[in-house]
Amino acid sequence: MNWNRKDLIGLEYLSAAEIEHILATTDSFKQVTTRSIKKVPTLRGKTVANLFFEPSTRTSASFELAAKRLSCDVLTLNIATSSVKKGETLVDTARNIEAMEVDTLIVRHGAAGAPAMLSRAVKACVINAGDGWHEHPTQGLLDMYTLRSRLGGIKGLRVSIIGDIAHSRVARSNIWGLTKLGAQVTVCAPPVLLPVGIEKFGVKITTDLDEAIAGADAINVLRMQFERDCAQAFPSRTEYFRKYGITQERLQKAKHDIVVMHPGPMNRGIEMSSEVADGPNSVILEQVTNGVAVRMAVIYLTATAREASL
Amino acid sequence: MKYLIKNGRCIDPANKFDAVADLLLSDGKIENIGKKIPSPKGAQTVDAQGMIVAPGFVDMHVHLRTPGREDVETLESGSRAALKGGYTSVLMMPNTDPAVDTPEMACGLKEQAHKESAVHAYVSGAVTKGRQGAQLTDIAGLKAAGALAVTDDGCCVADDGIFRKALRESARAGLLLIDHCEDAKISGKGVMNESFMSTKLGMRGMPRQAEYDMVRRDIEYARGLDAPVHIAHVSCKESCDLIRKAKKAGVRVTAEAAPHHFTLTDEACANYDTRTKMNPPLRADYDVKAVKEALADGTLDAIATDHAPHGLHDKYVEFDAASFGVIGLETALSISVMELVNKGVLDWPRLIELLSSAPAKILGIPAGTLSKGAPADVTVLDPKAELMYTAENVASRSKNSPFIDWKLTGLAMEVFVSGKRLVSGGQLV
Repeated sequence: MNWNRKDLIGLEYLSAAEIEHILATTDSFKQVTTRSIKKVPTLRGKTVANLFFEPSTRTSASFELAAKRLSCDVLTLNIATSSVKKGETLVDTARNIEAMEVDTLIVRHGAAGAPAMLSRAVKACVINAGDGWHEHPTQGLLDMYTLRSRLGGIKGLRVSIIGDIAHSRVARSNIWGLTKLGAQVTVCAPPVLLPVGIEKFGVKITTDLDEAIAGADAINVLRMQFERDCAQAFPSRTEYFRKYGITQERLQKAKHDIVVMHPGPMNRGIEMSSEVADGPNSVILEQVTNGVAVRMAVIYLTATAREASL
Repeated sequence: MKYLIKNGRCIDPANKFDAVADLLLSDGKIENIGKKIPSPKGAQTVDAQGMIVAPGFVDMHVHLRTPGREDVETLESGSRAALKGGYTSVLMMPNTDPAVDTPEMACGLKEQAHKESAVHAYVSGAVTKGRQGAQLTDIAGLKAAGALAVTDDGCCVADDGIFRKALRESARAGLLLIDHCEDAKISGKGVMNESFMSTKLGMRGMPRQAEYDMVRRDIEYARGLDAPVHIAHVSCKESCDLIRKAKKAGVRVTAEAAPHHFTLTDEACANYDTRTKMNPPLRADYDVKAVKEALADGTLDAIATDHAPHGLHDKYVEFDAASFGVIGLETALSISVMELVNKGVLDWPRLIELLSSAPAKILGIPAGTLSKGAPADVTVLDPKAELMYTAENVASRSKNSPFIDWKLTGLAMEVFVSGKRLVSGGQLV
C-alpha cells in the first residue's frame, strides 16, 4: 500500500485499502505509546500547528501529544477569540501560519468544508480535526481501531450508532469508515435527529433502541448537544434518557460482550448511565488511548506523502 | 446609421414569425423585415447566414449592485456583461445599499442608468421600507418615478398581512409585484438544498418546502384579490406544479426560472465550491427536470438570470459564510441553448420567447419584438459558436459563476441597442 495523500479530510474520500493502511500503521505507533519512553524521532524538525476554531480539549490534546511523540514541534492555537474576530479570513489565517514554515495544519472548524477549502489553499498537510456536521475522520479511525483491537476485525461486525445522527460528524465518519470495511451499520435516533437522505448511506435505520442493541457487536453512543442543535428537537433530557439512554438494564438484552463506545465528552445520565460508562463493556478510555496512536499514524503518513511530493 | 442584417433566421415570437429574412434597422427603429430587402444607401450589411436574429433579450432579474457595492458591479460593467450575453434590457433589483425604496431614489437611479448603462437598465423598487418587511413603500410614487416593479428580492415579503396590502396596492398602482418565495422559518440558516447531499456534506439544508409554501400563499392571495403576482427564480418541482394549476384556474401568476436551476443539481456543491451557493439553492435531478418541463409547457414564462455579482472576499470563504448568488448574464444564452434547445426540451421560437418577448410583456416594456417601428434592440446569435468560458473573459466585475471552465455553445455575435451596434463578431465594441 502506497499512501500518497498530503491531507486527511474525511473517510468518505478514502478507499478501504487506505483505511486499512492507516489502521496497520497505527499498530506500530500504538506499540510506541505503551513504552516507558513514548517518543520516536520520526518527524523531528517538522512543525505541526493545531488550529482550533472551535473549543476542544480531548482532540486538541490528543493531536498535540501525537505530534510531540513523533518529535514534531507543536503550536496549538485556539483561534475562536483571536484574529478571526478582527476580520481575517480563514484562508489568510492558515496562510499566515503556513508562512512560518509550518508543515502540518490540524484544523477544527465549525463550518463544514473548511479543512477541504484549506487543503486546496495551502501546501502544508491539512488534517481535519472535525468540521461542522461533516466529518471527524480521526475519531472514526480511532473508533474502528478500537473495535478492531477488541473484536479482531471490522468486516461483518454489526455496529449501531445511537443518538444525534443529524448533527454528528462522528456519525458520518463512522458510517463511511465502517461500511467501507464491510461492517453492517445501524443508526438509531429519534426521527427528528435522523438527517434527510440517511437511507442512502447504506445503513439500517431504526428509532427503537432495543432493536439497535439486539444482536449488535458494538454500539457507538453519540453526544447529545442539548445546549445547541437538539434544544428544539427533544422535550427534555429525562425523556431522552428514558427512550435512548444506555443503561445496564437495556444491555441485559444485548450480547454479553457488546462493546460500548462514546466519542466524548459524555453526558452521564443522558446518553448513558454511569454504570455502563464505567462498566466492563465500556471501551471509552481505550478509545482515548488509541486516539493518540491513530493521530500519530495520520500525521506521519500525510507528512511522508507531502515530503515525497516536494 | 442603418444596418441591414441579411439572411438570418428571424424569430419574432410576438408576431409568430420564424423565417429566413432580412432585417433593416434605421434611426434606432426596426424599419423593415422581409425577404431580400434592398440595401439602402450607406447601410452597413451584417451577414447573418446560419445565425438566428432575435429581439434583444430581456432579463427581468439582475443585481447590478448600484448603489453601494460598485466594487463588485457597476451599471457600466453589468451592462457590458448583459451585452455579451445578448441582453438589451434588464430589470435591476432594489436590494442595493441603501435599498431603492423611495420614488426619489428610483428616479435618481433611473437617470444614472440612462447615463452609465449600455443597455436599457430598468429600475424596480422595494415593497417595504428598507426591505424590512414591516412598512409599505410609496408604491404609486415608485410607479410614477419610473419603476417597473416592486420586490423585496433577496427576502420574501414574509408577513401575510403586509403581503396582502402590498399586492392590493401594487395592483391598484399597476405595478408588478415580484416575490422571492422563501419561508425563512423553514429555510432557517440553511446554505444549500436539504437532501442527501446536505447530509453528506454536513451542511444545513433549505427544504424545498420553504419555497413552495410561499408560492402557494402568493397564488392564493393573487387569486383572492384577482391581482397579478410574479414568482422569482422558481427552483423546485412543487412550485412548478402549483403555478401550472393556478394558471389553469385563471390566477394572474407569472414566473421565471434561472439557468443554473435547470442545469445543475446540489451534487455540484460536493467540493464546497461557493460558486454553487445561491438562494434558492441548487435542487435535485427531478427539480431540474420539472423546471425544464415547466419552461417548455408555458408554466414558467421567462428565463431570468438572477445575476448576482459577489467579490472574491465575499465568496472565497467557508461555504457557510459565503454570500448567496452567482453571475449569469454572460452564460444564460449558451446554457439555455445547451440544456433546452440542444437537448430537445423546447424549440428555438420558445427559447427566444422565454428570453425576450415574454419578459418584455410581463414588464410592459417596448422590447422583445422585431415588429416594424419597434426599437431596434436586436440580438444575432450563432447557435453553433463555441467558447471556453474562463475567468479571464468575464465582463462582469465579479467572477462568481458555476460555469467557469465550461465549454459554451450558442453565443451572441451581434447586439444592437436602439440601433447602435454594441457587440460585433462576438466582441464588445
